[in-house]
Amino acid sequence: MIRPHDSVIVHTLARVFTPIIQLFALYVLIHGHDSPGGGFQAGTLFAASVILPVIAFGIQGSLAVLERRAIILGAVGILLYAGIGLLPLILGGEFLNYGELPIPGMETSARRHWGILGIETGVTLTVAATAVSIYYSLRERGEEEGK
Amino acid sequence: MTLFDDYLLLLLSVVTALGAVFVRDLLSGVLTLAAYSFFLALLWAGLGAVDVAFTEAVVGAGLSTLFFLVALFLTSHQEEVHKRLQVRMVTLGSLGVLGFLLLFGSVDLPVVGDPESLPSKHVSSHYLRKSLEETDTPNVVTAVLADYRGFDTLGETTVIFTAGIGCWMLLRRRDDSAT
Repeated sequence: MIRPHDSVIVHTLARVFTPIIQLFALYVLIHGHDSPGGGFQAGTLFAASVILPVIAFGIQGSLAVLERRAIILGAVGILLYAGIGLLPLILGGEFLNYGELPIPGMETSARRHWGILGIETGVTLTVAATAVSIYYSLRERGEEEGK
Repeated sequence: MTLFDDYLLLLLSVVTALGAVFVRDLLSGVLTLAAYSFFLALLWAGLGAVDVAFTEAVVGAGLSTLFFLVALFLTSHQEEVHKRLQVRMVTLGSLGVLGFLLLFGSVDLPVVGDPESLPSKHVSSHYLRKSLEETDTPNVVTAVLADYRGFDTLGETTVIFTAGIGCWMLLRRRDDSAT
């Protein structure tokens, strides 16, 4: 069984780093358009920021609600991606052509920006949910076998 | 990045890779592998592939290390060496052949940054010249991933999701399957 660590150093570091990792993940996601990074890296960082407190403080007090439901968020991510891709297709354009997204009062370049941000958010959701779900599955199996 | 740094990082990654193989305690092996991934990420960054370096750092050094650690809790910390000679000979032989094939293939790889190489002559020059104009995206990597190859990325995301479902189905609690 994986017990929570009782060291003050581990607790303090986990407490300090969790919000910083989340903020950085958000930065990487939003700036993926202009700088290195994007949905995949942001999703991994978000997953790390959810898993880190669970390792440091144990399953109690964590987002235990997420335990079984995390994988559903992954499906939401893919639906978001495919939905943004389908919108221009329904309106007579091409699949995933962000320039034809039906957002009124916006330049084509802004549409492209928001479209890419939207699909990157979908990727982030799926990657984060999958990683968290795999972690919880492994952990659950460990607790079931009493190790 | 100077040539010296490149060689230093290559040396460090080879040393950490060997260390990960030879260390008997699997916990130390996993952490050595994380160090190896980190040096590899620095090498990618030195080659100018910043996005690849970023991914190597967060996935190779971060997330996969974590998964290995949790998986280690489900099994033993100590490596067990196969006693039977045939098994060891087959492993050595197949890994030797694989290593030879990889080295054999690496001879044909183009020099880094060679404008006459096949990858540089194909679509990449179009992406580098036209991506800002065609997709309004300053980062070429994002333009290729999310716009030119958006359909591929959708497929990749689905693959990741499928892996998550697979793990969930394989590892879930038994009482779930009864209900």
